[in-house]
Amino acid sequence: MSHGLISTELYYKIFATLMALTTLTVIAAFIDMGALNDIIAMGIACTKALLVILFFMHVRYNSPVTWIFVSAGFVMLLIMLMLGMNDYVSRSWDAPPSPWTAPPSAAPASH
Amino acid sequence: MNAPGTVKERNFINADYGIKSWLLTLDHKRIAILYLLSTTFFFVVGGAAAVLFRLELLTPASDLLQADTYNKMFTIHGVAMVFFFLIPTIPAVLGNFLIPLMIGARDLAMPRLNLASWYVFNLGGLLALMGIAGGGVDTGWTFYTPYSTTYANSQVILTALGAFVSGFASIMTGLNFIVTIHTMRAPGLKWFRLPLFVWAHYATSLIIVLGTPVVSITIVLVALERLFHIGIFDPALGGDPVLFQHLFWFYSHPAVYIMILPAMGVVSELITCFARKRIFGYKFIVASSMGIAILGFLVWGHHMFVSSQSIYAGLVFSVLTMLVAVPSAIKMLNWTATLYRGSISYQTPMLYAFGFLGLFTIGGMTGIFLGNLGLDLHLHDTYFVVAHFHYVMVGGMVMAYLGGLHFWWPKITGRLYPEGWAKLSAIIIFVGFNFTFLPQFVLGYMGMPRRYASYPDEFQMLNIFSTAGASILGFGYLFPMIYLTWSLFRGKKAGPNPFDAKGLEWTVPSPPPTFNFTETPVVTEEAYDYPI
Repeated sequence: MSHGLISTELYYKIFATLMALTTLTVIAAFIDMGALNDIIAMGIACTKALLVILFFMHVRYNSPVTWIFVSAGFVMLLIMLMLGMNDYVSRSWDAPPSPWTAPPSAAPASH
Repeated sequence: MNAPGTVKERNFINADYGIKSWLLTLDHKRIAILYLLSTTFFFVVGGAAAVLFRLELLTPASDLLQADTYNKMFTIHGVAMVFFFLIPTIPAVLGNFLIPLMIGARDLAMPRLNLASWYVFNLGGLLALMGIAGGGVDTGWTFYTPYSTTYANSQVILTALGAFVSGFASIMTGLNFIVTIHTMRAPGLKWFRLPLFVWAHYATSLIIVLGTPVVSITIVLVALERLFHIGIFDPALGGDPVLFQHLFWFYSHPAVYIMILPAMGVVSELITCFARKRIFGYKFIVASSMGIAILGFLVWGHHMFVSSQSIYAGLVFSVLTMLVAVPSAIKMLNWTATLYRGSISYQTPMLYAFGFLGLFTIGGMTGIFLGNLGLDLHLHDTYFVVAHFHYVMVGGMVMAYLGGLHFWWPKITGRLYPEGWAKLSAIIIFVGFNFTFLPQFVLGYMGMPRRYASYPDEFQMLNIFSTAGASILGFGYLFPMIYLTWSLFRGKKAGPNPFDAKGLEWTVPSPPPTFNFTETPVVTEEAYDYPI
């Protein structure tokens, strides 16, 4: 049975799309596309998440307040990624500290 | 028993009888009472652990407790206090009881979810207690990797699962508050007429809903690595242990604001009532609550200055940390301005509010020290940090909670507490608290590291001071438990508004009837319409 504005047919279509994208994720995992590997995997994952949020969670048909709260979640995610990557990206800017070595033993004081 | 010929007034307490009527209740006020009992229990558990390790620290040697038992004691203390007392208490007890009353609603928007949250909270608590009973956990409440995932032989999974499950209770409560405040305000109660207590809980709920899922997932990742060796945090498996700290503190620093923002809401109510004066800068206090909620998410890296986080990231987090002091300072200055030329009365809730102002200021100012990239190198993981966060969490949150509990106790129970005993307790707590934690600032500055059962002899005198203070503090906390319980049976009956306070909650009988208002109230005036 459909839920309010969304027809059962649309639910099935979204479900089929999600399954297709899952299959695509698996296929993509077996093909080495170099630097595009992560981008494609994340792109598919984001598309799937978007479909779930918009249709299965009914956000598309909800009030602007709901949109604001959903957006806030994404803003938080962006903050976490940006400030987190702030650490990972800049870790290599300094040369690693040289390994610790024992200080030379103190020479006897000469008088 | 009623006098012959009189009819007992129906309220939420006597509306129904029997354990079942409480365990299946959907009344927000009864659920608040259930939360009061649960959180007090965990306060006692955490406090008992503190008694043991403070006794251990009387002497430099590890004699009363061996090092591993000591580690378990401070972990129990941290887990019980942070996850099961400090985070949930003000929202789940005072917020649950008061928000519908303050906004003129019959209940929260989702009463079943509210009851479910209490059960989920207790399930989480039960799991943590099972972890303690099953041998305890020694990672500290922070569950830092790689110790928690690879090396610890204690009950990490059960305890972490307890924290994970209790997080869902927080989310349920936060969600309920947001929906209730958006949809169930009485006619005329515009956003800028809301009591600051409600605004503070709104800001807190945003942090809870947006932040808690992150720590929940992080705990799941710890479990996955520990149980199935999936490489997330262990470098040998391709992971990064510092990633755990990023994810953990992304939530756990804002969690400090989950503890303190509701406390700030309570203090706003207390100060304006007992100064008989409109709050100074209402909109600035509202904006600072929301500012704290947002800025609180940007500063987590200041916990990681010495955790091999890049120095450049540390610099960014250090600057952002200084920013978050601004909204907190706005609140402090507004409260002080409210007191100025007010008609101040020194009743028990106000004593706690004054305690909050002093102690939270010290906690906040010492936070500036620790947010400073250079100074933190010296102070990190010393007793200075322990003293700092106790001034914020205990000096801030617990003082405000006790102030709020005394303020609304007549409303909740319909009974007055003995004012003399209550004032004495407030003073004992203030003295005991400072006696306990001021010496720890000095210990930390001198270099005593936290989380060790033994220490060099030169630190003993200050540790004796600290333990002696903790004993005073313990008695200070015991007294309210005794006289508040006594007041339930022997306290004088309270009228609807014993403090002559403003707000919709004071317009209904004490204790309030089950559905709060016989008629939906219409709000026609600003909040805090006091004479001055």
